[in-house]
Amino acid sequence: MSNRVQKYLAPIIVLIVILTLWEGLVAALQIEKFLLPRPSVILANFAQVFIFEPEAASPTAAEPALRLTTDRLFVLVPAQHASSKALEKALAGQVAQFSLFGYNFIVVLGANFAPIIQASLFTLREALGGFAIGCASGILMAFATARWTITREAFLPFAIAANSTPIIAFAPIMNNWFGLDNPFSKMAIVAIMIFFPMMINTVRGLTSVDPRSLELMRSYAASEFEILFKLRIPNCLPYLFNGFKIAAALSMIGAVVGEYFGGPRIALGVFITQEAALFRFSSAWAAIIVACILGIALYLIILVAERLAMPWHVSFRN
Amino acid sequence: MQNPVVSIQNVNKIFGEGTINQVHALKDINLVIQPNEFISLIGPSGCGKSTLLRLIGDLTGTSSGQVTINNKSAHQARLDRDYGMVFQAATLYDWRTVTKNVQLPLELMKYSPEKKEARTRDMLALVELSDFAKHFPWQLSGGMQQRVAIARALAFEPSILLMDEPFGALDEMTRERMNLELLNIWEKTRITVIFVTHSITEAVFLSTRVIVMSVRPGRIISDVKIDLPHPRDNDTRESVRFFQLETEVREALRKSESKRE
Repeated sequence: MSNRVQKYLAPIIVLIVILTLWEGLVAALQIEKFLLPRPSVILANFAQVFIFEPEAASPTAAEPALRLTTDRLFVLVPAQHASSKALEKALAGQVAQFSLFGYNFIVVLGANFAPIIQASLFTLREALGGFAIGCASGILMAFATARWTITREAFLPFAIAANSTPIIAFAPIMNNWFGLDNPFSKMAIVAIMIFFPMMINTVRGLTSVDPRSLELMRSYAASEFEILFKLRIPNCLPYLFNGFKIAAALSMIGAVVGEYFGGPRIALGVFITQEAALFRFSSAWAAIIVACILGIALYLIILVAERLAMPWHVSFRN
Repeated sequence: MQNPVVSIQNVNKIFGEGTINQVHALKDINLVIQPNEFISLIGPSGCGKSTLLRLIGDLTGTSSGQVTINNKSAHQARLDRDYGMVFQAATLYDWRTVTKNVQLPLELMKYSPEKKEARTRDMLALVELSDFAKHFPWQLSGGMQQRVAIARALAFEPSILLMDEPFGALDEMTRERMNLELLNIWEKTRITVIFVTHSITEAVFLSTRVIVMSVRPGRIISDVKIDLPHPRDNDTRESVRFFQLETEVREALRKSESKRE
């Protein structure tokens, strides 16, 4: 087996095993739905699959009643119910259809698909806005502090102190300043959260330059400006991308947690708290999964950008 | 007579002057280097040979005395880009290919694209690395990296090449091959070289003059003229004259050791 296949196959197998165990144990131990919903129930929030039995498969008269609930991933439809009124309504959101072994499969969007996606996009916008503001200001501040030692000495102690404060505690204040429904209140929270890791990483990258490399530049009588562009900035790239990776993870967390303190109803954090308050934990779980996927997606985008920006780096050598 | 390339008069260098850790690194150094000379500075660890090289290259200042390079101050010479430097570590930039590394000084000196290409091509041919132009430094062996560093140092045609134990980190076999290549380059370019080394064999084989230094305080105790004919090759190393000169340098070094308290 090639290394690449192995690399991706192993975690996929682990995921399948975990989901199967989860599904099986929750059913076997009869754990209540509001404590821990089964994965299939969580997935039913996004989509349901209706499976139509072929005519011949159920010849007996004693048919079970058709149960149309929105919390089942797979819904088996006995042949004689195939044209019932209730079913027609349930199939309104059909997105795909296919046949397998004589069975007809119809995939329908789940009840919470649209609200969760809408909420995710809203929250993603907040996270990205905060990411951009936080990274830009952190990097700018880092350049200023790296260039002028006096700014570094003046600001770095505060930066380090602020870095150890629970910045999320500022969330209610930001909501107060900018307004609960204004996405900028969440962007501000995200920006504050990622400002310090971004700044500290960038300062380190700009200043921890090999002294011999600096001496080489000195021997060419290079200006500070040339040293910045030809040595300090390329040297800083690995540190910068480390900062971006931390910031990407923090930005989704910051936006969602910021919304826990209040926000418009179409936001992911608000959606999760509301669903949880109404004991609809499977949809809360579904929203959490989407938040998690978005966080991973941001991280992966940065990994790809890193590879493109510095193919020479030690971590990409084979 | 030609103007000397380097003229050092009564130079002293004291580190941590006035503190309890005061070290008299160089004491009353006088040295004149003519164009096209290949000078080796040799001596025990801590004799200040690297410091002397750094003084010449204006990477550090003198405590007293005068360093004159091409009739100007060392500082002015650095601003005029009179120096090519090669350190013990190749100090190539990881993010630049071999070609881009060689072009670094040329970019800073605003060479035209055509001239830049031509110089790079010539330099890589000189150090026999034309086939590796597009490689990154980490894809090269230690000896090859050092050759790139030499190509980079020579690319902008400096008047003096300063080398601080450039082959110190290489194994004996590679070092001997690099010595031959450096001599080859020097015979082609006749650039003035100041070369710091620990190795007596290396110093005698490469140089036209070997300056022997002693420790604490660092001073010049012997100036050995190496009259081996050029071009030199592997047979030179086995000649009688080579052995005599090697012995002369070794005895000078031993004398410096015995004087040490």
